[in-house]
Amino acid sequence: MGTVLLEVRNLHAAVAGVEILKGVNLTVRAGEVHAIMGPNGSGKSTFSKLLAGHPAYTVTGGEVLYQGENLLALAAEERSRAGVFLAFQYPVEIPGVSNASFLRLAYNTVQKQRGGEELDPLEFDDLVREKLKLVEMEASFLERSVNEGFSGGEKKRNEILQMALLEPVLAVLDETDSGLDIDALRIVAGGVNKLLNPGNAVILVTHYQRLLNYITPHFVHVMEDGRIVKTGGKELALELEARGYDWVREEQAAGQLA
Amino acid sequence: MSAVQQLKHEGLPDGLARCWPDIAHDSAWLKELRTRAVDRVAKLHFPTARDEEWRFTDLGALRELNFEPAAAQKLHAPFADFERLIFPEAAATRLVFVNGHYAPEFSDTHEVPQGVTLTHLSGQGAVQDVLAARHLAQHADMHNEVFTALNTRLFSDVALLFIAPDVVCEQPLHLLFISTAQQTPLLSSPRCLIIGGRDSACTLVEEYVSLGEGVTFTNAVSEIVVEEGARMQHVRVQDEGHAAFHIASSTVTLARDARYQAINVTLGARLSRHTLGVVHHGPGTECAVDGLALISGRQLADTHSVIDHAAPHGKSTQLNKCIVDESAHAVFNGKIVVRRDAQLNDARQQSRNLLLSARARVNAKPELLIQADDVKCAHGATVGQLDEEQIFYLKCRGLSDAAARNLLTYAFAAEVVEKIPLVSLKTRLRAVILDRVVHAHASAEAA
Ligand SMILES: Nc1ncnc2c1ncn2[C@@H]1O[C@H](COP(=O)(O)OP(=O)(O)O)[C@@H](O)[C@H]1O
Ligand SMILES: [Mg+2]
Repeated sequence: MGTVLLEVRNLHAAVAGVEILKGVNLTVRAGEVHAIMGPNGSGKSTFSKLLAGHPAYTVTGGEVLYQGENLLALAAEERSRAGVFLAFQYPVEIPGVSNASFLRLAYNTVQKQRGGEELDPLEFDDLVREKLKLVEMEASFLERSVNEGFSGGEKKRNEILQMALLEPVLAVLDETDSGLDIDALRIVAGGVNKLLNPGNAVILVTHYQRLLNYITPHFVHVMEDGRIVKTGGKELALELEARGYDWVREEQAAGQLA
Repeated sequence: MSAVQQLKHEGLPDGLARCWPDIAHDSAWLKELRTRAVDRVAKLHFPTARDEEWRFTDLGALRELNFEPAAAQKLHAPFADFERLIFPEAAATRLVFVNGHYAPEFSDTHEVPQGVTLTHLSGQGAVQDVLAARHLAQHADMHNEVFTALNTRLFSDVALLFIAPDVVCEQPLHLLFISTAQQTPLLSSPRCLIIGGRDSACTLVEEYVSLGEGVTFTNAVSEIVVEEGARMQHVRVQDEGHAAFHIASSTVTLARDARYQAINVTLGARLSRHTLGVVHHGPGTECAVDGLALISGRQLADTHSVIDHAAPHGKSTQLNKCIVDESAHAVFNGKIVVRRDAQLNDARQQSRNLLLSARARVNAKPELLIQADDVKCAHGATVGQLDEEQIFYLKCRGLSDAAARNLLTYAFAAEVVEKIPLVSLKTRLRAVILDRVVHAHASAEAA
């Protein structure tokens, strides 16, 4: 078994005074792929953004350890530099900033922190063109403003491109599959698979089982009303696809009564 | 210093009225002009906040100070200070003025091409040039503007740029005005006369900076004439020190089918006021007048513009952007006039403002005066802050809070900065914005 990368213990969090996460527990080890599924509004994005350090969420209880350290004590940029990566459910458009300069700035900032080599625009161009192939993106995307006017699928590919450049230790992909047609889904999943290695881990937040046909998870978790209420293997995803979430709720209610 | 006449009158603060430089050696027409200027100075009053046009720009602190008109002197500054102000693109097509006086030791005009006159006209006797006599003080409004009248009385050397008809000047031209801070605060009176002859084309940078810490007062007047069919790109940069007062007017006159593009950048001065007037005199003229102010601390930057369509078939676009941090205050008053018979004009104005702190202020006001009926006119104003989701996105990719804020601030400014035709100036401004020090309070307030 790989070393423990992420340890979430009884995590409670609130936004605007409303408690959204109500006691999340999760352990992720190096080399693992975890899927978190669950109905809309169950707290999946809240959990993802909280791991990345979004300022809107207040932790009201519990703890999160990343590589044994208190993740919650780090600012968003420190988490990113330390290897935590969030692929956004809704990637943000930044008009006026070219994708190429944004990617290079991000790459060099993280490289500097990790003691790696920073690249000038020409050197970076070679690197990024290599990575573009991974997500089958045209080089013309580099000249455009970050995510501006990108289709849903293009935005998601741009997220995976960033993941490829930043080489995270722990990647959280928040519904990277939603809104993708089957070709785009295959490309994005292929990209993620190539980035997996025994030293890193991925949390796939998804609404649908179909992504899991392309990326095989070691664990499938069901999030419901701010908690992980059920954990299983990849067959759990198929069962959820066939039966919906209601039975999990019922099973949980029965469990609580017993 | 030449002999000074002691003079005092009610209109001006004591310091300003104390001494007028000698004009005994001026040519007759210039003497006559100076006399009229003094007369106007005496009749016009010094603006106060009760004047509608100066509502937000309180000159109280300026009144308090005892400024003296700056005499000619050698610049004592390390070469490095000066060198950074030179654009490689215009290294041998530049005129430098120190406190309004021509500085030959810093000027270099050896690459000024045939057909282009880039020179200074000395008030002391040499101003006989027909061109100057014809144009000087004919465009700027000395009759109603006390600062223009004051400049007309006080300027010593006029920066003159003349592009002969049909000449296309490829090299950008640089007019650099340096104010130096001294024990006694000095009043500099830079004066520019810029004439693009018929069907000519040129690009010029008019720049105001100061060296040394301390109070300076620049009162600049520029008259710009774009003749029939001529094209002109004009970048104006005001980057004086944060203790400087900078009051300036630019008056642009466009003849038939002239094209004028201006980018006015305001970075410096404790208090700055730029009064910009563009008059579309002939039919078929076009102007694009953009502005960018980037201010912080307790700076005040005021731009008052009037785009006057006095002839048919004209087009104007104006994009004014203010980026205001800390307790700074930006003022933009953009007036568009379309005269009665000036049909088929198309005038567009946008005012976009970015507040980087909760204490930052902006007063942006469009003013439309449309007397013709067949015209297109559109304007809009927005005031916003940096988007916290964009900041978070950038931080999630490793950027520090400051780097994220500066990048987004640059993105806001880019629309104006990227239009600047000199790569070196563009690069300088990009660095100014991207390397800004972000004060902790800004993020705390925004959170
Ligand atoms: N910034 C926010 N302000 C207010 N409510 C929020 C905010 N973010 C999330 N919520 C609420 O938290 C709950 C969980 O949302 P979310 O984490 O987006 O769920 P999921 O990703 O599982 O669909 C929802 O009820 C949502 O309305
Ligand atoms: Mg979600």
